[in-house]
Amino acid sequence: MSIVTEFTVSALILLGAVFALLGSVGLARLPDFFTRLHGPTKATTLGVGAMVLASALYFSATQPGFSLHEITVMVFLFITAPVTAHLLAKAALHRRGAKRREELK
Amino acid sequence: MLTLAIEIGFALIGLAMALNLWRLVRGPDATDRVLALDTLTINAIALLVLFGIRAASSAYFEAALILAAMGFVGTMALCKYLLRGDLIE
Amino acid sequence: MMRRILPRPALSAAIFLLWAALANAASPGMLLLGALLALALPFVTRPFWPDAPRLARPGTALRLAARVAVDIVVANWAVARRVAGPLARLEPAFVEVPLDLRDPFVATILASIVSLTPGTVSIDVDQERWVLSLHALDAPDPGALIREIKQRYEVPLKEIFAC
Repeated sequence: MSIVTEFTVSALILLGAVFALLGSVGLARLPDFFTRLHGPTKATTLGVGAMVLASALYFSATQPGFSLHEITVMVFLFITAPVTAHLLAKAALHRRGAKRREELK
Repeated sequence: MLTLAIEIGFALIGLAMALNLWRLVRGPDATDRVLALDTLTINAIALLVLFGIRAASSAYFEAALILAAMGFVGTMALCKYLLRGDLIE
Repeated sequence: MMRRILPRPALSAAIFLLWAALANAASPGMLLLGALLALALPFVTRPFWPDAPRLARPGTALRLAARVAVDIVVANWAVARRVAGPLARLEPAFVEVPLDLRDPFVATILASIVSLTPGTVSIDVDQERWVLSLHALDAPDPGALIREIKQRYEVPLKEIFAC
């Protein structure tokens, strides 16, 4: 593996880890549920994305042929992340409404 | 250089998972816990990919893919449960 | 004739590419199996798919995909700074974006793009009033956000699917 690839892989790993951490910091720090919802969308998109790209690059450089199967993880997460966020937001709104109805009784 | 980057990556993601765990325990609402669980799964995927690079083995990739699929289905089921109070419709 | 064999060429192409990537080795057997799946799966899953409008401008679609990818990186950076900075300065808001498009499938794509770009999460698409409601992490000016979403994503989407 050349020094350039090694550097790129290292940088992508660090980038991914930092963004995964920042997503979780947001999840822990932010004040209410809807703002917290923004943390994980970040961790999935850039955090895992960069990590997976690092892995694809590493295996393409060290093993014969290209290694593209890591990309499927990224594609899968990119498709599922909006669905998860959407349903969680709906569930939160639903519970909030239910609580309010409970209080009015 | 790569070894060092991987070690730092492990530390950062471990810290991220600890923060998720804190949110999972703390709550306050059930939706917060589901969100924390979902984020925990996603960070676990990142951790598995990192393990794969360190071990130079693509076997970890399959585990990451299964975790991605299972985490998604699990979160969906929990959301549906929160929305309806019933898992099987 | 072509339509009978390949009812959804884009779906078939996606399945084939995904299979090739998943197999991770371009052996002829695996590629053949992928081609068979790409032919068979659209037929098997046909009842589940909504009637997607025709992909009129593939070139614009590629350009939009590139733009979304760049936006994800840029917006990630902006949100990361806000999350790490002082929280009292944040102005979270629920925003309602009135939509011009009238297709459930395209509206879903728009909602997904909005969710993927950090800083905004779509909550609901009202298919009676055609309003996309979303939550923004930091929106001091909701009007500007609405204009940006319509300009950047909705206009190209309408062009791509010709609806």
